[in-house]
Amino acid sequence: MIDPPAGAPAPPTVRTAGSASRGAGRGRLRGAGNYLAFVPFLAYIGLFLIVPTLIVAGGAFLSIQGDPTLDNVIQLFTDEVFVSAFITSIQLALGTAILGAVVGGLLAWAVARGDPNGQLRQVVVAASGVLAQFGGVMLAFAFLATFAGTGLVTLFFKNVLHVGVPYDTTWLFGLTGLVVVYAYFQIPLMLIVFLPSLDGLRQEWYDASASLGGSSWAFWRHVGGPILAPSFLGALLLLFTNAFSAYATAAALISQGSPIVTLQISNQLQSEVVLGQENVGKALALGMIVVVTLVMTAYALIQRRASRWVR
Amino acid sequence: MTDPGGAVVGAAGAAGPEGGGSAVVARPTGAGRGRRRSRRQFGARIAILVLVFGYLLLPLLAMLEFSTRGDYGSRSLRSYVAILEYPDLIDGITTSLGIAVLTVFGMLLLLVPTMVWTIVRVPRMRRVIEFLCLLPLAIPAIVLVVGIAPIYRWMGQSLGGVGGSPLTLALVDIILVLPFAYRAIDSGMRTVDVATLADAARSLGAGWPRTILQVIVPNIRGGILSASVLAVALVLGEYTISSLLSFDTLQVVIFLLGKRDAYVAVAVSLAALVFAFVLLYAIARFAPGTGQRARIAPEEEPAT
Amino acid sequence: MTATDPAPAAAGRGVAVQFEDMHRWYGSVHALDGLSIDIAPGELVALLGPSGCGKTTALRALGGLDEVDAGRILVDGRDISHVPTNKRSMGIVFQAYSLFPNMTAGDNVGYGLRLRGIGTDERRKRAAETLELVGLGGFVNRYPHQMSGGQQQRVALARALAIQPQVLLLDEPLSALDAKVRRQLREEIRRIQIAVGTTTLFVTHDQEEALALGDRVGVMSAGRLEQIAAPAELYDRPATAFVAEFVGLTNRVKGMASNGVVDVLGGRVPLLPGSAGPGPVTALVRPEAVQLAPEDGANARVLAVSFLGSLGRVQVGLPDDTLVVAQVPATDVERLAPGTAVRVAVVPVPVFAVAE
Repeated sequence: MIDPPAGAPAPPTVRTAGSASRGAGRGRLRGAGNYLAFVPFLAYIGLFLIVPTLIVAGGAFLSIQGDPTLDNVIQLFTDEVFVSAFITSIQLALGTAILGAVVGGLLAWAVARGDPNGQLRQVVVAASGVLAQFGGVMLAFAFLATFAGTGLVTLFFKNVLHVGVPYDTTWLFGLTGLVVVYAYFQIPLMLIVFLPSLDGLRQEWYDASASLGGSSWAFWRHVGGPILAPSFLGALLLLFTNAFSAYATAAALISQGSPIVTLQISNQLQSEVVLGQENVGKALALGMIVVVTLVMTAYALIQRRASRWVR
Repeated sequence: MTDPGGAVVGAAGAAGPEGGGSAVVARPTGAGRGRRRSRRQFGARIAILVLVFGYLLLPLLAMLEFSTRGDYGSRSLRSYVAILEYPDLIDGITTSLGIAVLTVFGMLLLLVPTMVWTIVRVPRMRRVIEFLCLLPLAIPAIVLVVGIAPIYRWMGQSLGGVGGSPLTLALVDIILVLPFAYRAIDSGMRTVDVATLADAARSLGAGWPRTILQVIVPNIRGGILSASVLAVALVLGEYTISSLLSFDTLQVVIFLLGKRDAYVAVAVSLAALVFAFVLLYAIARFAPGTGQRARIAPEEEPAT
Repeated sequence: MTATDPAPAAAGRGVAVQFEDMHRWYGSVHALDGLSIDIAPGELVALLGPSGCGKTTALRALGGLDEVDAGRILVDGRDISHVPTNKRSMGIVFQAYSLFPNMTAGDNVGYGLRLRGIGTDERRKRAAETLELVGLGGFVNRYPHQMSGGQQQRVALARALAIQPQVLLLDEPLSALDAKVRRQLREEIRRIQIAVGTTTLFVTHDQEEALALGDRVGVMSAGRLEQIAAPAELYDRPATAFVAEFVGLTNRVKGMASNGVVDVLGGRVPLLPGSAGPGPVTALVRPEAVQLAPEDGANARVLAVSFLGSLGRVQVGLPDDTLVVAQVPATDVERLAPGTAVRVAVVPVPVFAVAE
């Protein structure tokens, strides 16, 4: 609007000393030097994550003498014990994932409807953060304190209600017990993972649906459900991986036998080396990696799809 | 997601107009269909919260009851006091705390500069770093320990005392905590425009170390704090790798103790849990920039 | 200003809407304080006011999205105060984000029809027609994330119209858009509304929008309706100080009032009813009522000039240090460079005055 007086200097370009190496625009980087900063990080991950994984993957295909062999891997499919361990692990993971997803989903809904800055929500989210990490040993003891021979609930039935306990006190050490105990960290994990998606459901969508004549049910069926489905599914897959990979809880609870894969692996690590068996543990571990990778890939694909819509 | 707005107001009950105002119109007591619907929804929410939290609280209550049992049905804190009588328990606690401190520092040293660098200099690497940080989720701890055992064997043999110390567990724990720490710091960085802050600091003449330490880090304090607390919680709760590498961390000691004195084992577990909860709650309450994305307030329209 | 015979509700066109003494509280905040408005069939009433004045609350109450604590809402003569949202047959367009992201434009528009049980073919036809009406005929298969803000709002409008609603409610639909798109879309909305003939309530905080669109404009403040009138009347004859200052630009100039006139800026100007006085008052003078003439030796001085294309705005400093803004034709801008001495005069158009 007002021309600068003739002869005024052009405004100085703002450039810093280091920006010469930046090239056009922020981050359009040409100098390879800037990649050097990543070396420490990459080296660390390489040494403590990649190398061990390679040791496992590679070792699965080696015999004790170091010759390449498929025997270890083949055993996974032929040995009854291993096959049933995988099946049991998958069933357990799937079951607790679905249970956790449904209950956790409902919990997330109940929390999402409330005040976003309210006390309730903060407490629930913080509690979920802790409980989701509530480790195997402590959790096992917690449930023992509840349901074991001298546990709270058992004593409640005995001393307060004066009836026989309606369950066999060893149920905790079997598969049912694992399901109930796993649910304990699956539900909070679901809350943490799924709550943001629920927050993303805009009130305007509900109002719009209502104004066009839709009931609550119509909204969930046509709008809310389809929008949430990908993230719900994704969360479910995450829960699956979580349960499938769990070791400590089962180790603390189950003293007889090794019905799931993670316990089988620890068996292999700790027991006497049977001739020709040393690398079977690695084969089992490889098997776990395969399963988890498949599931996480599906998860990543679903995530990408889900973010396409909701902006 | 049924009734907009009205749900909370309706549920909170009628709050009448101020006494001093022109209360010509009395506050009605009747319920429109809307209010009835929100009451029903409120009921459903309460039911869900009560049921689920009932289930989640039960074992915790059991732990509390179990660990405070005294003689002949009385309540006593002796199980907690007894914690101090078990030297291996004390050792386990200090060991784990030591590992936790090392893990937090190592994680921050590794992650923060790297993440800042991806935002400010090499955005292309952001995808790569994110992938690598989330990779540990695909490698269960039990699998990791199988592959890392040889490395630890080598460390124990070749690096003498230091190499065989439980503190070396921090090296693995950093990997375990990476996915969670990355997410926490990343969300902290999203609420603040790190790139612009860095530009501003640099244009005023600050070098990189100063920019990172004095400008960026203070602004992502929330995310850093959150990541650190997650790291501590993870280390204190870690059992798989510790036990299979034969290190006596807190969880391993608790497990062994459980066979000898269940009461003290439960007492310690509960104490550790409460400790972690207090930490996390304090973070959620007092750290800015964690969780919800910071919203920019809409500008007030000028009166003309 | 009541309606004549309510138009027949056939085809959902042009029904009368009445707010009767509405009250709404949020906690202790009196969001609606005795609001009463009559909207004639087919009329577009714009509700204008600053944030928090209650205009959105009124719209949401009409749409059934919020409850009313006291008072009634009548549509076509019927009390709908307790009818739930999904039975009210109102088309609502929100400020943003109201399209269902998992559906194409066509499906979005057809959503209301689908809920009414209309068959797929018929539904597709009508959705396509309505999209054509808003100028997006080729967008039937596009998803919201593939459209610009302006396009999304058009689809939202089409979706609201597709159900042939009794009333159309627009809650700041243009506020989230770029200025240019805003202006374009504004014209479109008006054109479509007139063509379709639906009674419409348009809420905005942008007075230019309100004045340009409304058959009548209602100015609200703190839950109350300050004035509702045709745009020109609102501008020329504001009924309260708030309206006088909120609508259009005003200069606050000290003057002396007596007997229905006020002496200000060296002239004598009639006072609008409701003004303060007699005695010292602050008169609210519009920039276009301030006349400037360059004159050596005059005691007012030009401080700054803004050239706005078709006209200019000139900031003038008066000897008593008051600042007034005058509006001048573009051709005068050259003669009024900063520093020029000018004589200030005022056109005798009635003004509103407030107490000192």
